[in-house]
Amino acid sequence: MKVEDFDMFSALLKQRSGLVLTPDKAYLLESRLMPVARKWNMKGLDELAGSVRTRRDEALLRDITEAMTTNESSFFRDQRPFDLFRDVVLPPLLQTRASRRTIRIWSAACSSGQEAYSLCMLLQELGPKTAGWRFEILGTDISSEMVERARAGIYTQFEVQRGLPIQHLVKYFKQVGDKWQINEQIRSMVQFREFNLLGDLSPLGQFDVVFCRNVLIYFDQPTKTRVLENIARLLPPDGVLYLGGAETVLGITERFKPMDNQRGLYVTAASPKLAPAV
Amino acid sequence: MKSCLVVDDSRVVRKVARKILEELSFACTEAEDGRQAMEVCQAAMPDAILLDWNMPVMTGIEFLRRLRKMAGGDRPKVVFCTTENDLAHIQEALSAGANEYIMKPFDSDIIQTKFAQVGLI
Repeated sequence: MKVEDFDMFSALLKQRSGLVLTPDKAYLLESRLMPVARKWNMKGLDELAGSVRTRRDEALLRDITEAMTTNESSFFRDQRPFDLFRDVVLPPLLQTRASRRTIRIWSAACSSGQEAYSLCMLLQELGPKTAGWRFEILGTDISSEMVERARAGIYTQFEVQRGLPIQHLVKYFKQVGDKWQINEQIRSMVQFREFNLLGDLSPLGQFDVVFCRNVLIYFDQPTKTRVLENIARLLPPDGVLYLGGAETVLGITERFKPMDNQRGLYVTAASPKLAPAV
Repeated sequence: MKSCLVVDDSRVVRKVARKILEELSFACTEAEDGRQAMEVCQAAMPDAILLDWNMPVMTGIEFLRRLRKMAGGDRPKVVFCTTENDLAHIQEALSAGANEYIMKPFDSDIIQTKFAQVGLI
């Protein structure tokens, strides 16, 4: 790929999705954009780059952004964040929200929906503890294709074997041909929406817990700061943020602090947990 | 070091599984069918059993039912690993006492996460 084409694509992606593409990722750009070129009946990336420069067709720009921002996912990814949700995050929320019996959770950059559905299954497994509670779970992704996939809740045999205990497969899925679809009841617990994290977050409303794992790693520092500070505005003082294992708030924002001894969990700077002991 | 018995009538599958399991620090033994697997278990119960379904002489499900009735046969974690990939087979395996279930084809990621889920890793 020509250097000026790489620069043009990376500027486009930065502007539209916040994704920062360093030159060592040129191979990724090539492998992911070839299918886009084929879909648009173009001979190769030269022609694709030319078309972006001259026509700036919105549908084409969207296809390019989607192709580059699609990430892998799995059920109960990393497992521990979900154990912590059940054991550390949820119990105090069940106490403090007892009067309204509603908890709102956002799976930001939800990809094909496994994180959101994992939370649904986890909540179902808690049985009587969460009976009578309303859990509003929102999954958003910049890719309309991913949002469609998440809504359908249909996964390959490979996907349902990554992280999903077999009892959960039996209990919550039905077999559709050679694929597996998560059942209607679980699907009805989640709403999926196409949404850009760099946009105005306020229409999403307030959340008690936000999962934003393995997203910030693709952003440059100012973008990370912007996204985290926007998320902070959606959380009440005792709200909780999840980041990926390789991500941090240190040096990026003062609005969140790591939760003691709980890797990947962050509380707001206004959290009652941070109040000095009396 | 934990021990794992790999039961499959295909030498290729046993070899692939063994390599993955050894990388996960399991000491492996092999059996070609359910009867051979019974003999291994009678000599010494392994910590884990990776079990194919369709095999000559004695099938995996038949082996599992006998294993669970043996003295100490409740102890090994049994992970089915089979081309049988329909809900009915999975349910049959679980009710016979299987702890996890892998649908072939598998890779090292799947073996690793399934073994972790049943507490072997």
